Amino acid sequence: MYKYNDFDEAFVRERVAQFRGQVERRIDGSLTEDEFKPLRLMNGLYLQLHAYMLRVAVPYGTLNSRQMDMLAHLAETYDKGYGHFTTRQNIQYNWPALKDVPDMLSDLADVEMHAIQTSGNTIRNVTADHFAGAAADEVADPRPVAELLRQWSTDHPEFQFLPRKFKLAVTGSAADRAVIKAHDIGIRILERNSVRGYEIIVGGGLGRTPMIGKVLHDFLPEADLLPFIEATVSVWNRLGRRDNKYKARIKITVHEHGIDEIRRLVDERFAEIRPTFNGVDQDVLREIEAQFAAPAFKSARTDGYEAARMANPAFRSWTDTNLTDHRAEGYAIVSISIKKHGATPGDATADQMRVMADLARKYGHDELRISHEQNVILPHVHKSDLTALYAELRAADLATANIGLASDIIACPGMDYCALATARSIPVAQKIATRFDELKIEHDIGALKIKISGCINACGHHHVGHIGILGLDRAGVENYQITLGGDHTETAAVGERAGPGFSADNIVPAIERLVLGYMDLRDNADETFIEAYRRLGARPFKDILYPKETANAA
Amino acid sequence: MARDFTPKVITSNLLISGDAVWFSVNDTWSGDIADAEFLTDEAHAALRLLEANAQTNVMVGAYLADAKMGDTGPETTHFREDFRTRGPSNYAHGKQVEKVKNHV
Repeated sequence: MYKYNDFDEAFVRERVAQFRGQVERRIDGSLTEDEFKPLRLMNGLYLQLHAYMLRVAVPYGTLNSRQMDMLAHLAETYDKGYGHFTTRQNIQYNWPALKDVPDMLSDLADVEMHAIQTSGNTIRNVTADHFAGAAADEVADPRPVAELLRQWSTDHPEFQFLPRKFKLAVTGSAADRAVIKAHDIGIRILERNSVRGYEIIVGGGLGRTPMIGKVLHDFLPEADLLPFIEATVSVWNRLGRRDNKYKARIKITVHEHGIDEIRRLVDERFAEIRPTFNGVDQDVLREIEAQFAAPAFKSARTDGYEAARMANPAFRSWTDTNLTDHRAEGYAIVSISIKKHGATPGDATADQMRVMADLARKYGHDELRISHEQNVILPHVHKSDLTALYAELRAADLATANIGLASDIIACPGMDYCALATARSIPVAQKIATRFDELKIEHDIGALKIKISGCINACGHHHVGHIGILGLDRAGVENYQITLGGDHTETAAVGERAGPGFSADNIVPAIERLVLGYMDLRDNADETFIEAYRRLGARPFKDILYPKETANAA
Repeated sequence: MARDFTPKVITSNLLISGDAVWFSVNDTWSGDIADAEFLTDEAHAALRLLEANAQTNVMVGAYLADAKMGDTGPETTHFREDFRTRGPSNYAHGKQVEKVKNHV
């Protein structure tokens, strides 16, 4: 993992000291709220419906056990004993008091963490594949590139007042687990004839106007990455629609000017700035890469694990759903579900965070990841340790075997917390998960992505859910629109709106009807929801959702 | 013709805790909407909003929210404002369990 150097340490400490002074001046009246608001947002502090919310950056979703312990400490000391992992691999605290936030940031700085650029019109936390460094299908670990981009974008003088926020995501695999096509810029590391380069995707995004990103460069030479990304952001910084915040994101700029014109302008800008990059960035990248060297994987027999699987059906079920192939012999990637049926998606208690930190220390080479799907990953666990790990997860109520299933739902905080929300999303997720658990059918249903947002800004990624749910305010009443056929992977697609929305009381029965209907429609038990949808089209699914309409039409 | 003025209350969040509060006739902020001044006159409401917003060292972002008169005082008319009087629905946190204690 990356270790802060003296510069990083001094920079973060300085920012904490600055913010402490700013908070003091706001409280004593020297600063007005208009003056203070941009300063607090630069440090990830929002004011929500019931309290302040502090968003802490988890760069590319990577944590060590000491950092996870500190997140637990913050939850316990300054909040109500829990934290909320977000769809951008960060963590949010829902109840801090303004006067405590400088202390929270100081505690974070003790473990090389911060909340810088987790809000505002800046380059936000750079996200990455949560299986980075562990996935069997990986060309290269995306985190060194993500860290390079984090360093480059932090306090970048040209990019502190962008037209709107700007989000980067990086993957090192052909299988996209980082939703790179729905980011302002998505980067995929690839290899051609043993030479490494980058595919650069631009102009993706969800929100009010969902767009799938377009290829800006299909194979960018390694050494050109930083100047090329800088050229791209620079072009948008000049062209971006500052007159209308709904049209300010780069997806609209790309849409309005066309990808060819954007490419021409980026190339032009790139030609100007490329000579100013003298190779220091590549030296830095090599140093960062050395810090992300793989842990010393061990060798051990795995027959005990196989025997335990045979002997314990609950353990077997958990291994079937929550493990992913690891690139090292005898290892597995463990996904810890933060989606217990009926619980709030992405919420972990301080005790649970400490258990996960402890498990990472004992069995996981001291590494943890936060996934954009709001789960926690132990990327490197030897199979011989899985039975012991599972027992400890069970004791901490963290052994839910539902990764990738109907109850592994992404949900934004929605109107239970968020000032922007138009409806609640958490209770809908809770009820759907509880219902499928009661029916005991989610393993029969198979792979299914349900994603819920409580407003059009789409933090819950509903557009790219196989089933997306969007909560809206319709004449003062919560109303939920369903989209179908979205896809967040390398075959990314924006879902199609199914039809009129459903009331809060009717949305869960509608989802149940839809999923049961799919089970009748599928060719065989192996055909997933999204495969059946692609084979049959939207019509039969809409007929299931709106049975009366079909009867009338017949 | 201008639309009829619908009754309002003034609400905001406290500066230090962020807690939702309502503006009373005595120029204080209460954590209970029932203590809020019920505003039925548009010009008076606009004046009171100016007075509320002068208390910038106590609270953040005062605004007018629709309200109706209930048995014990003003009540919300929209679910968003209703959540602010109670707290989130996924945990027993916030006003629904905490004694109202933020008169300032």
